Amino acid sequence: MKYIDEYRDSALAQHIAAAIRNAASPARIYRFMEFCGGHTHAIARYGLPDLLPDNVHMIHGPGCPVCVLPIGRIDMAIELALRHHAIVCTYADTLRVPASDGRSLLRARAQGGDVRMVYSVADALKIARNNPGEAVVFFAIGFETTTPPTAVAIRQARAEGLKNFSVLCCHVLTPSAIINILESPEVRVLGTVPLDGFIGPAHVSTVIGSRPYDFFAEEYRKPVVIAGFEPLDVMQAILMLVRQVNEGRAEVENEFTRAVTSGGNEKAQKLVSEVFELRRSFEWRGLGEVPYSALKIRSHYDEFDAERRFDLEYKPVPDNKACECGAILRGVKKPTDCKIFGTVCTPENPMGSCMVSSEGACAAHYSYGRHKHAEVPA
Amino acid sequence: MSGQVKAGYARALDIKRGRVDLSHGGGGRAMVQLVRELFARHLGNTWLEQGNDGTVLPPISGRLVLTTDSHVVAPLFFPGGDIGSLAVHGTVNDLAVMGARPLWLTAGFILEEGFPLGDLDRIAASMARACAAAGVLLVAGDTKVVEHGKGDGVFITTTGVGEAHPHCTLSGSAARPGDVVLLSGTLGDHGMAIMSQRENLGFDTPIESDSAALHGLTARLMACAGADIRLMRDPTRGGLAATMNEIADQSGVGVLLDEAAIPLRPEVAAACELLGLDPLNVANEGKLVLVCAEQAATALLATMRAHPLGRAAARIGGITTDANHFVQMRTQLGGCRMVDWLSGEQLPRIC
Ligand code: SF4
Repeated sequence: MKYIDEYRDSALAQHIAAAIRNAASPARIYRFMEFCGGHTHAIARYGLPDLLPDNVHMIHGPGCPVCVLPIGRIDMAIELALRHHAIVCTYADTLRVPASDGRSLLRARAQGGDVRMVYSVADALKIARNNPGEAVVFFAIGFETTTPPTAVAIRQARAEGLKNFSVLCCHVLTPSAIINILESPEVRVLGTVPLDGFIGPAHVSTVIGSRPYDFFAEEYRKPVVIAGFEPLDVMQAILMLVRQVNEGRAEVENEFTRAVTSGGNEKAQKLVSEVFELRRSFEWRGLGEVPYSALKIRSHYDEFDAERRFDLEYKPVPDNKACECGAILRGVKKPTDCKIFGTVCTPENPMGSCMVSSEGACAAHYSYGRHKHAEVPA
Repeated sequence: MSGQVKAGYARALDIKRGRVDLSHGGGGRAMVQLVRELFARHLGNTWLEQGNDGTVLPPISGRLVLTTDSHVVAPLFFPGGDIGSLAVHGTVNDLAVMGARPLWLTAGFILEEGFPLGDLDRIAASMARACAAAGVLLVAGDTKVVEHGKGDGVFITTTGVGEAHPHCTLSGSAARPGDVVLLSGTLGDHGMAIMSQRENLGFDTPIESDSAALHGLTARLMACAGADIRLMRDPTRGGLAATMNEIADQSGVGVLLDEAAIPLRPEVAAACELLGLDPLNVANEGKLVLVCAEQAATALLATMRAHPLGRAAARIGGITTDANHFVQMRTQLGGCRMVDWLSGEQLPRIC
């Protein structure tokens, strides 16, 4: 397929692959975490592990916004649709995330809830304008890239006097999640997840800049390379990480010079802080309660906060007992370590959130990589 | 489909400004008028005009091939086609890929109360053009009307009858390891044409649907090397990925595709990228996948390329031995990955 060829050139890929093979010392194992679901997807979709030497391992991180949503948050959205009869606008991926009691937004829709699939918050605004008699709620998920558009929409709703629009805010923050992983006993004390470095998220970094990573590169002595989502970006980042490890460096490097600056997009940051403030704590699937790791809508914009408007209460719900999503999101386990991977749990009938989004580690492995571990049927 | 309304007695159907109402499905004079002044005007032929509960058709010498398909596409009109032409092409193609010569179609319309007669007229005209181009006749039809809000404009179900090629043994279970996979052109054009029209998408690219009748192309291929063709498919819903997985399952084989060989329009690629879709999962309405014995691959590919609907045809992979029946693809970068069925409902109402 011929497109965006510059970043998907096969000869260049082979060239970088050879450089990685040359640089990687056979005497050691390199373990890098790609934080972002976008990277997880690119690695699986382009079959990158086939291009890496056996001693360079990629570990999937928690940067898939759909995957980290805890069950309780999906329950809130279902409650909005079924009990408060609101029109709930959401991205396609969240429709199938399993909620409590075998429910999901897709099933809520089949039960008569008005749940609509949108591609952006602007679509939700449009639905609110076209349905003035109904409450319209945007189920806002995602990391720093999706936050500014939500902020813009809330300001726009106020400017237009759009009284029926509100947001169920589940925006989360990248740096706090990375720090949480680095602070986890598995990484710090037990050494069960020996991480040698991170591939940092490109799109997020265009907003927040590369500066926030300086702290944990220094504090935790882990190299970070910020990389784009194209497969060659990922390959290049892996090469840069291998070199840093070899040279004993722990720096923040930027592979994605196309768009990331140290300070990020200050205009977007200002916009976000005008509309949102830090939540004291937020539950992540897999990571549990993480302090100051998510955003909520400032009281100044109260009327657009669905949690306050509908008096929703967050009730934590434990994950399905067999599901290893938590450990997978922390990088402790691989999808194939889960006993029900590919048998009970498939993309058609997901038991955990990692099997839903194509950026989820289980779904990516199931859809793109399961041929590698498949047993030959008798 | 005839009636008792004498011309000149009733006011003519106001096709410009009129709308479908419940009486158009009620079995009374209004329905007869709709059939006569709108449908028959475009689609009329001697079979349709028999006007009985069923149409009596002449005998044919070969085996019959029968297929049926419902169409619920939204929007109803899109670049490169509309629900009318799509309903004809969809069913003609299902016959064509079975190696059959399409002969007759029937059409069932479910109309929503309030639907503009002008739009219905355009759809009927478009069906008539597609039927004429494909050399098939619409020989029976039905209309029902549902209350406002209970449908979405028009749904059309078409059933097709064709005559099988005398020695045709095409079957989804006929692929063998060592066989070659050919594709008649670029992937994903129909799906992305529809997506780009849906008002809630922020892009406006000139992508046209590939909706077309494939029977001319399939007839030439059958004539070229019919005995070496194992099977043909039109990769509609679920795209090439679904089609190849079906073949792998039915034939009990594996498939290995070559990503670099798969033709793709740059604008379709860009739109897929924007929406996070894999072009392999996106629907086509005028493309052909063909599996054949290696010895005939070169000749069949040349035949495809010589046909207007196969100019961009390519050899995109081969059939392998694989007890798991996996479809795999060598990626552009030289890695290997699975090509799985699409899970979920990324693109509803695409055809
Ligand atoms: S395979 Fe399913 S149940 Fe197992 S960890 Fe992944 S998402 Fe959870």
